[in-house]
Amino acid sequence: MNDREKKENYMTKDTENIIVVKNLMKKFGSFVANDNLTFEVRKGEIFGFLGANGAGKTTAIKILSGLSFPTSGDVMVAGYDVYKERELVKKNIGYMSQKFSLYEDLTVRENIRFYGGIYGLSSKYIKEKTEDLLERLKMKDIQNSLISSLPLGWKQKIAFSVAIFHDPKIVFLDEPTGGVDPITRRDFWEMIYEASNAGITVFVTTHYMDEAEYCDRVSIMDKGRIEGMDTPGELKRQFDAQNMDEVFLKIAR
Amino acid sequence: MNRFIGFVKKEFHHIFRDSRTMLILFGMPIAQILIFGYVVSNEITDVRIGIYDKSKDHVTQEITNKIISSGFFILHENLNSDEEIEAAFKRGIVREVVVFEPNFAKNLERDGSAAIQIIADASDANTANMVSNYTQAIINSYVKTELMAQGMPYQIIPEIRMLYNDELKGVYMFVPGTMALILMLVSAMMTSISIAREKELGTMEILLVSPLKPLPIVIGKVIPYMVLSFVNAVVIIALSYFVFGMPIQGNLVFLMLETLLFIFMALSLGILISTVSNSQMVAMFISMFALLLPTMLLSGFIFPVENMPKVLQWLSSIMPAKYFITIVKNIMIKGSGIGIIWKETLILAGMTMFFLVMSIKKFKVRLE
Repeated sequence: MNDREKKENYMTKDTENIIVVKNLMKKFGSFVANDNLTFEVRKGEIFGFLGANGAGKTTAIKILSGLSFPTSGDVMVAGYDVYKERELVKKNIGYMSQKFSLYEDLTVRENIRFYGGIYGLSSKYIKEKTEDLLERLKMKDIQNSLISSLPLGWKQKIAFSVAIFHDPKIVFLDEPTGGVDPITRRDFWEMIYEASNAGITVFVTTHYMDEAEYCDRVSIMDKGRIEGMDTPGELKRQFDAQNMDEVFLKIAR
Repeated sequence: MNRFIGFVKKEFHHIFRDSRTMLILFGMPIAQILIFGYVVSNEITDVRIGIYDKSKDHVTQEITNKIISSGFFILHENLNSDEEIEAAFKRGIVREVVVFEPNFAKNLERDGSAAIQIIADASDANTANMVSNYTQAIINSYVKTELMAQGMPYQIIPEIRMLYNDELKGVYMFVPGTMALILMLVSAMMTSISIAREKELGTMEILLVSPLKPLPIVIGKVIPYMVLSFVNAVVIIALSYFVFGMPIQGNLVFLMLETLLFIFMALSLGILISTVSNSQMVAMFISMFALLLPTMLLSGFIFPVENMPKVLQWLSSIMPAKYFITIVKNIMIKGSGIGIIWKETLILAGMTMFFLVMSIKKFKVRLE
């Protein structure tokens, strides 16, 4: 089966691939950050991208989100080529970094307004959706507070909401739970599920192995390569492990 | 377009909500111009002078009395030879020496004119200028009230010599210099810091992931600083004109256009700095040491370029501020048009292009 047939096959089964990566290489001088990565992410799934620090996760996510070009290989995101159709890729993705990047000196409402604005959404639409969002987040009372005055967990929620405000097909989350307590992390995963139920594909990197269990499928990277990729259950069986932590340790060794 | 306006609005929010930024943007220019202005244009009092009277007649005596009783000057010593003049200046107490030519009163009566030489220590150019102006004014008023009143069409011709700094470079220097400094500060430093801040906080990544293209991002960040720089330039010019009486001989529109060019140059320099620095700290240090200090020390703002060692003179010729200062001085004081300063204008334009091309190159490398 060639690629095209494969793609059509997935589509008819409603398991369309929304990210297709083939033989992706990324080198910085002689250092190989991503070594021949090949994987697919299906539409609507929560795809966990695991690995220790420095394994090449952030490099890969930057390439997928159009922040950086691959050295070689084919990368299709949301049906568009990252080399030739960067602008179209960008319109269809959302991105949240480990820094929960919001403007500290703008209010909650102003941040939402600004980020909605740069995606070219109309003022009216932004206004309506903001009301709706503030209602759901239960943040009506603090809508005019500066971001700098809010606790980390709230910033995280707002950052995520902002990342999916323009209804992207895919949202990339680069270590979205760094530095927050376990309860807040659970809350946050609730939000991820909600987004996933709404049809948004979630591509998430993490080094918390317990979070890997929440994903539909995970890939585990080590030294720039993908060493294992499947559902958490299947990986545990494959590596004869009790939990994902063990799987990871076995791979890293 | 809507996106773009939102972007600029956000940038103004950043500026107006940060008291430190506001202070640098608006407090600093006004404070600097006032400090420089008042230090420079301070009233003179008790300036010690020497008199070398080669004539010793009643007229020279009257003029000497006039000068000393004016309250501005104190007679420090009477000199008796040309060598003593030099020696008196070397000792550093005497700031000015007034020399009356021989047979002063006789010449005045016979020819209707006599000559006075005013020699000032121009190593402090500004004081020298003021001291000699005061002396001239006193002599002129003597001519008017004493000689003319008696119906005598006499005139006394003062000849002024500035020792150590012939052309009096440094006077009126503070306005062009401060303008260059402030515009550098606001345009280059503040821009580079504000872009570096977005990188540091990670918001730049979010912007680059969005469909906004890099160029509008940079332009959106730069526009507010451009507007504020321009406002600053206007404030500085207005202050120097209305408070300190600095002349504007040339075309005001032309002056503003040249100022805009310098602002563009500084902004592109700021963008270049931000492409090589990943944090606000780095951006600030680079701006401080690579921009502000050299601008102050090497552009001729404080020290005349002509008196520098060759190496520093060569260094000063790559300081954009040097050309801007020349341009502003020429327009404001001499009323020059583009015909006189096209070379400096061209150099500034060339520098702007160079910095822009460099920033675009650096930016691309970063993306690869």
